[in-house]
Amino acid sequence: MAKKLKAVIIGPGNIGTDLLMKMKRSEWIEPVWMVGIDPESEGLKRAREMGIKTCAEGVDGILKHVVEDDIRIAFDATSAYVHAENSRKLNELGVIMIDLTPAAIGPYCVPPVNLAAHAQNLEMNVNMVTCGGQATIPMVAAVSRVQPVEYGEIIATVSSRSVGPGTRQNIDEFTRTTAGAVEKVGGAKKGKAIIIINPAEPPLIMRDTVHCLTEGEPNQDAITESVHQMVKEVQKYVPGYRLVNGPVFDGNRVSCFMEVEGLGDFLPKYAGNLDIMTAAGLRTAEMFAEEAANGTIDLPERSLPARG
Amino acid sequence: MNLQGKKVRLHDMSLRDGMHAKRHQISVDEMVSIATAMDEAGMPLIEVTHGDGLGGASVNYGFPAHTDEEYLGAVIPKMKQAKVSALLLPGIGTVDHLKMAKELGVSTIRVATHCTEADVSQQHITMAREMNMDTVGFLMMAHMVPAAKILEQARLMVGYGANCIYCTDSAGYMLPDEVTEKIGLLRNELPDTIEIGFHGHHNMAMGVANSLAAIEAGAARIDGSVAGLGAGAGNTPLEVLCAVLDRMGCATGIDLYKTMDVAEDLIVPLMDQPIRVDRDALTLGYAGVYSSFLLFAQRAEKKYGISARDILVELGRRGTVGGQEDMIEDLALTMAKQKGLI
Repeated sequence: MAKKLKAVIIGPGNIGTDLLMKMKRSEWIEPVWMVGIDPESEGLKRAREMGIKTCAEGVDGILKHVVEDDIRIAFDATSAYVHAENSRKLNELGVIMIDLTPAAIGPYCVPPVNLAAHAQNLEMNVNMVTCGGQATIPMVAAVSRVQPVEYGEIIATVSSRSVGPGTRQNIDEFTRTTAGAVEKVGGAKKGKAIIIINPAEPPLIMRDTVHCLTEGEPNQDAITESVHQMVKEVQKYVPGYRLVNGPVFDGNRVSCFMEVEGLGDFLPKYAGNLDIMTAAGLRTAEMFAEEAANGTIDLPERSLPARG
Repeated sequence: MNLQGKKVRLHDMSLRDGMHAKRHQISVDEMVSIATAMDEAGMPLIEVTHGDGLGGASVNYGFPAHTDEEYLGAVIPKMKQAKVSALLLPGIGTVDHLKMAKELGVSTIRVATHCTEADVSQQHITMAREMNMDTVGFLMMAHMVPAAKILEQARLMVGYGANCIYCTDSAGYMLPDEVTEKIGLLRNELPDTIEIGFHGHHNMAMGVANSLAAIEAGAARIDGSVAGLGAGAGNTPLEVLCAVLDRMGCATGIDLYKTMDVAEDLIVPLMDQPIRVDRDALTLGYAGVYSSFLLFAQRAEKKYGISARDILVELGRRGTVGGQEDMIEDLALTMAKQKGLI
C-alpha cells in the first residue's frame, strides 16, 4: 500500500529545487522535507510554495523528524565539505543517502551500469559521480561489456551558465572523480576526463564525446548494438539523451558524440549536465524503493523511539 | 611608432605551441637541441609542454611522442640561462601536473582559461603562487569579448595571485588597434607590479605588427616562436620580431643571428608542412577560430569530404572555444550526413 518511500532533500539551491520538481512526479519517492540553512532563502520559499515542509536549521534540525515522518531516503545537494557529516547523521537513523556532491565517500553510482547491484546490496551511501560522468560512463560501459577497453576518455562541454561556483573553484575534482569513475564503473583500464566551459549565447546544450581504445580490433556490430541499447536505458530517465554521431570506428578507437538536453523543470533545457544529475539521483532512489516494495531488500529496521 | 629604449622579454613557443604543428611528435633530442641553441642565443624563457599544456596527452588532442615529464626532465637540466615555462589549462591539467612541473624545475607556470572563465583558475594560480613560481594568467581567445571584460577577468586572476596577465589572440584574429586597446587598458588599470603580456598567432599575418602594438601599449612580455612554429599559421616569428625590434631600438637581449640560425638550421627542417598563411589558416584568423583546430579540420576534410574551411567557419559561427577539438569530427560527420556523403 504505502509503496512510496519518503524523502528529504538537503540543499534548496538549483539542483535541490529541480530534484523536488522531478520528485513530485515520481511514483516511488515522495518528497517530504527540504532542508536549508537560511530561512529567507528563495529555495526554501519555493519548496514551501510547492507544499513540502521546510527546515532552516540544517540537517540537525531534521533529525528529530526522521523516524516519525518515516524518512527513508536523503538527497544531499550541498557540498563535499559538509556531506560526510550529513551522511553519518542520517545513516545512523537508517536513511539511505544519495550523494549529489563530489564527496564520493560511498561507491559511484551510474544507474544503467551498476545501480541494480548497489540497490541489492543496500548500499547506505551512493555517490552520483559528476554530470560528465553520468553522461558518458554508460557509453564506456556499453563498449567494455562487449570487449576490454584499454583506455576511456570523455570530454564534457557545458555552457558557462550551467557551471556553478563550487565546480569552478575545484575543477580538478571534476576531472579526477570522472576519470576514476570511467575506470571503476565504465570498466576502462585507464580513464581520462576533460571539461570545457563554453560561454556562447544562447547557451549550448551539454555535449559529450566518449573515446574508447579497445583491446584488439573493435567488434563493430556488437559495440554498435550495445551502444544503442545503452542510449535507450539512459533515455528512460533522461529523455533528452541523444547519440548525435557514432559510434565511429577508426583502428581500435571507438567514438560516440552525445548531446544531453534537460527536461527544463527548474533548470533550463540547455543545462542537461545538471538535469542528468538530478534525474540519475532520483532514478537511484526509485530503484531502492522498487526493490524494497518487491521484497528484494529490507530497509533498515526502525521503531518509534520512546519520547517524553 | 617609437619603441626606442623600451625593454621586452621574449618567450619562445616553438616547443609547446609548435607541438600542435608537429602533432605533438617532436622528439626529446629535437627538443633538447633546439632549446639548447635558443639558450645559447639568449632566449630568456622557453615553453615546453604538450601543445594543450600539461596533461594534454589524449585521444582528443593527440598523444605526444613523449610525456611532459620526459620533455621537461630532458630540457631543463641543459639550460644555462634560459628559464622553462609550462602551460596548464584547468579542465585538462590539474594541480598534480603543476606540482610535477615544479619539481622538475619549471619556473614559470601559465594558467590558461577562456577569456570569460578565469574563475576556474583559482586553485592552480593560488598553488603556483604558494610555490613561488612566476605565475601567469593567460586569457585565451581574447578577441571574443570587449576590453572591459578582459580587465574584469584579469583582476580575478591577479586576485588569485598571478603576477603577469596575458591577452592571448588564440585565433590570430586581432588587428593592431584591438591589441592597443586591450593591452593599454590592462596596463593602465592593473597595478604596476603586474606585468602584461601578448600572445599572437600569425593567421592574418599580423603577428609582428600586433606584437609591436602590444609593446607600445605597455606589454613587457611577448610570445612568439622561432621560425613561427606554432598552431595555425604559427606564432609571431621571433627572429623576425627580434630583427624589427633591433632596428627600432627596443632591447630584447637576444642574439639576432643565432636566433636566425636556430630557425633556419634546426626548426624549418623538422616542419611536417610549411607553416604559412594558407587558405585554412587564414580562415582561422578571419573567422576567429582557435588555431590548433587547423590540422584537425584538414584531417576531417580528408576523411569526410567536407572542406576544412566550411568546418572552421561553422565552428566560428557556433562560438567554439579552445579545447573543443572533439567538435570537429562531430560537426564534419553531421555536415557529411546532411550532404548525403555518409
